[in-house]
Amino acid sequence: MDLNFTEADQAFRQEVIEFLSVELPADISRRVHADLPVSKEDTEFWHAVLHKRGWLTYNWPKSFGGVGWSPVQQSIFEEECATAGAPRILPFGLKMLAPVLMAFGSKEQQEHWLPRMCDGTDWWCQGYSEPGSGSDLASLKTTAVKQGDHYVINGQKTWTTLGQYANMIFCLVRTNSDTKPQAGISFILVDLATPGIEMRPIRTLDGGQEVNEVFFTDVRVPASNLVGEENKGWTYAKYLLAHERNGIANVGISGQKLARLKRLSLTQKRNGKPLADDPLFAARLARLEIELRNLETTNLRVLDGFSKGAGPGPESSMLKIIGSELEQNFDDLTRRALGRHAQAHTPQVFEPGYNGPQVAPQDMANQSAAYFNKRKVSIYGGSNEIQKNIITKMILGL
Amino acid sequence: MDFQPTEERRMLADMIGKFIQNDYPLKERLTAGSSALGYCPTAYSTMAQLGLIGALFEEEVGGFGGSGFDIATVFTELGKGLVVEPLNDTALTTGYILAQTDQLDLVEQIVLGEKRVALGLIENGADYDWSAPETLARKTDAEWQLNGVKTSVKFAHGADALIVSAQTQSAPGISLFLIEAAATGLAEHPFQTVDGGNACEITLHNTPAQLLGVEGAAYPLIDAAAARATLALCAEALGLMERIKDMTIDYMRTRKQFGSELGKFQALQHRVAQMLLEIEQAKSAVINAANDLQAPADERNRAISAAKYSIGRIGCAVAEEAIQLHGGIGMTWEYDLGHFAKRLVMIDHEWGDQDFHLMRFAES
Ligand SMILES: Cc1cc2nc3c(=O)[nH]c(=O)nc-3n(C[C@H](O)[C@H](O)[C@H](O)COP(=O)(O)OP(=O)(O)OC[C@H]3O[C@@H](n4cnc5c(N)ncnc54)[C@H](O)[C@@H]3O)c2cc1C
Repeated sequence: MDLNFTEADQAFRQEVIEFLSVELPADISRRVHADLPVSKEDTEFWHAVLHKRGWLTYNWPKSFGGVGWSPVQQSIFEEECATAGAPRILPFGLKMLAPVLMAFGSKEQQEHWLPRMCDGTDWWCQGYSEPGSGSDLASLKTTAVKQGDHYVINGQKTWTTLGQYANMIFCLVRTNSDTKPQAGISFILVDLATPGIEMRPIRTLDGGQEVNEVFFTDVRVPASNLVGEENKGWTYAKYLLAHERNGIANVGISGQKLARLKRLSLTQKRNGKPLADDPLFAARLARLEIELRNLETTNLRVLDGFSKGAGPGPESSMLKIIGSELEQNFDDLTRRALGRHAQAHTPQVFEPGYNGPQVAPQDMANQSAAYFNKRKVSIYGGSNEIQKNIITKMILGL
Repeated sequence: MDFQPTEERRMLADMIGKFIQNDYPLKERLTAGSSALGYCPTAYSTMAQLGLIGALFEEEVGGFGGSGFDIATVFTELGKGLVVEPLNDTALTTGYILAQTDQLDLVEQIVLGEKRVALGLIENGADYDWSAPETLARKTDAEWQLNGVKTSVKFAHGADALIVSAQTQSAPGISLFLIEAAATGLAEHPFQTVDGGNACEITLHNTPAQLLGVEGAAYPLIDAAAARATLALCAEALGLMERIKDMTIDYMRTRKQFGSELGKFQALQHRVAQMLLEIEQAKSAVINAANDLQAPADERNRAISAAKYSIGRIGCAVAEEAIQLHGGIGMTWEYDLGHFAKRLVMIDHEWGDQDFHLMRFAES
């Protein structure tokens, strides 16, 4: 065992830090640090910056244009990006669809779609969930019927994250209803400009707009957009979910939240003294810091196992549960740290020309909304209950 | 011992319940909550006419209730309806202070819903501690004048007057002052609250004010008013939790995944069962606090802190758990639950959070 970073790792970290300090605009990192939504333009801009440097595809295999970083280097990169307040890399294309295409797509599909993800031509969204099929994804009802060289799609997807910015959606569709549910699902790529598609926003409890419903009525999709084989979609879908869960340990983001909380606890007051001196608060903070240190190593251990074995496995469910709950606990404690001011909802302080009251410290003006918004992380990507079911079955063998 | 509510309180609760069911749709509440005032003045007046404010005050000052159990009854029912109208902030708390300082005309108007008076104790630093205000009161020849900044003054916008705490030069300790909303040198900076509603930052610059009670001696009075406000919040939270629990159980009975209702999964059954246990404990805490509202200050404050700690801890857990058990639908604006959950969590941020009250209990 050797938990020390090598000299090469340290040098690498320095390289990332320098890159970020030169390339990341301050107004973008300010918004990211304040947990405000990142605009389409800012995400696309940041993708372009990373792409130019060759880092947008940092977790792709070398054969597909990745950089070939070790799990440790990938973690260093993610951590420094979070610390600097870089927008997150949009996962739907680069981290979800890409691995599926690499493993199961045709050569033509790989050559067509992968470069377009990188150069910003396509913004992908994920069409898995349906109103009646969330945890029980395999029960999905949206149908695709083959007619000549097209599939005709009918049905509804929901909870589609940032679908309002997307031009492409990858969908799970039912191509066979006469067999057990998992055996009749296919994976297909759909251009959102195709006639018969309607996207409607869903407002979240914090007032935000990041999810949508998508309705499909007789939508004709070229058969060449089918990924892999018909009715094998469930295998691909699970493969994708294992990758989706992978980054979800969110060690970097939680680390950034820890640092922010420590700063905040010096300026906030409790009973006339700095919050940091409040024993109950200090204990809460210490507990989270310990959890995070533990998770850092759990994360690296699991990733290391994947890189030496056969790729992501059920252990990613562990990272999803621990990582999501820890992130939520940081948001929870940040809200607590704001005390009386947590109730203020004043995201408009970030607008240029704002001259109203400054209630919470400025970078905290959206914190309570963010706390409520982050309740999602234990629900999406397969809820934490479903992750526990996976662990029970696949790891415990019960 | 008798744990049954009296006939009068049962009728009061029923009446409020019917009002909410027939005349207080959640949609309008949400619209009101995000309006400039943060509530609906018409709804406020109706509630006053129905006697909801009268129930919070004793007969000697124009009410017909005023005990801990009266307060708990009213606010539990208001919680069930997610009522945003500030009966706690602009009537119960300030009305009590005014009644204790012989401003009976104003109390009468408050009880009738004709006047609303907000309370400004908190200053910068986001602290829950109100015992050492920096706002300064100076006596000039003719009058008192105030200088300072109060933050998170709930529902001050649209109120007729304000009560604020300050220190004076001539006496140690805290004093309370009454300020007309239109007084010179008073500037109000309203902002939205995340649970729907409104609060203000208030700056006072040589603002004329009227001393309430005895100079420097307001601490026990504020403490007693705070106990009332805190009890009301705890009761409101209890009402919110009852509704959240019902919504969750209903959803688990109807939502199907994997071919059966969510309520059939044992992993989830146990979590709702746990939720029920916690809410029952919270209810007992509120009953204890209501019972001890008239007790000597030390005893009263122990019960109040026990309740607020319990409500803070349990409320946050219930809000988070209910959203989780609903899945995606619990994250939406359209579905009622989220709004109840937001209010429930924010209650932990008023009048001292769970840690604040845990410490106060431990140290008492
Ligand atoms: C903000 C947000 C963004 C999302 N983005 C996307 C997206 O881009 N694309 C997409 O396809 N989907 C997306 N989702 C959908 C997400 O994957 C689903 O919400 C999730 O799978 C849960 O499904 P559900 O909401 O239908 O809840 P349900 O499946 O109805 O579950 C409700 C509750 O029951 C529990 N439960 C269900 N079955 C079991 C069981 N067998 N044992 C124990 N507990 C169980 C769940 O864990 C949950 O707590 C998003 C969701 C959210 C909230």
